[in-house]
Amino acid sequence: MHDPLVIGGTALSSRLFIGTGKYSRNTLIPEVINRSGSQVITVALRRVDLTGGEENIMNHIPSHMTLLPNTSGARTAEEAVRIARLARAAGLGNWVKVEVINDQKYLLPDNLETIRATEILAAEGFVVLPYMSPDLSAAIRLRDAGAAAVMPLGAPIGTNRGLRTKELIRILIEEVNLPIIVDAGIGRPSEAAEAMEMGAAAVLLNTAIATARDPLGMAEAFRDAISAGRKAYLAGLGPVEEVATASSPLTGFLS
Amino acid sequence: MNLLINGTAMDYSDSCRTLSDLMNRPEWSGRLIIVELNGEIVSKENYEITPLVEGDRIEVVHFVGGG
Repeated sequence: MHDPLVIGGTALSSRLFIGTGKYSRNTLIPEVINRSGSQVITVALRRVDLTGGEENIMNHIPSHMTLLPNTSGARTAEEAVRIARLARAAGLGNWVKVEVINDQKYLLPDNLETIRATEILAAEGFVVLPYMSPDLSAAIRLRDAGAAAVMPLGAPIGTNRGLRTKELIRILIEEVNLPIIVDAGIGRPSEAAEAMEMGAAAVLLNTAIATARDPLGMAEAFRDAISAGRKAYLAGLGPVEEVATASSPLTGFLS
Repeated sequence: MNLLINGTAMDYSDSCRTLSDLMNRPEWSGRLIIVELNGEIVSKENYEITPLVEGDRIEVVHFVGGG
């Protein structure tokens, strides 16, 4: 089935984006990429530890992957812009996940600063994928600011609590003419499938795979769930009825 | 020569004249790093022509795991 997701001019056959945090060992990452079929992978940017001993995450990311650096650690639009520019200077593409967070308990994004950063970075030619709290007017402003997609959270980062913001995400899918990528909170393959059945363009996962007992098995489970959810969306779900409608003929068995 | 690297004061010999000299040192080699000098990103092509002076503030960042 040819059903590419096109973002920033890149056609993707996989609708599962994955993160690189929280793995018990980074050598799992290439195998997670294989088993998940993912083509887009997130990384963060941090100061090099001068005392040494840090592993180079890039040794575990094959060059065919589209790199999606995030701006984690940014508390303002200006900080996000600085991080994005640094990431682009690495010479590995111009995609960026804008992430501006001031709330240290729930790590909820600051939509206002996110919109400001998106505006600046899109004007500089970045492919901007902003992480956001699902809010219709913010999503429309992000679209108008030049976002290539919007990435509403399903639940707070790292919680595995699922699609708690379902109704709001449904409205974004209906009303915003951009790919809607559910980012954060998804814990189970069934929740990823549900997001895709609703018409989400893709799902971004990190914790759900990285903290599973068997991350490779879970990567494959999510791949299948997202593929199934997408197929269901394209096939069109049957109508929901209040009372029974018989699937078998209503005449008596022998009458 | 004193340089402030990632917020830490470091003392380098005076043979460290350019950013290229600094980045060729073993602690950085083989890494994909990005360098900011006094708040401005310096691209790799310009390391050799970027002189270092006493008190320069240098940020050296790299990619790490993240979601």
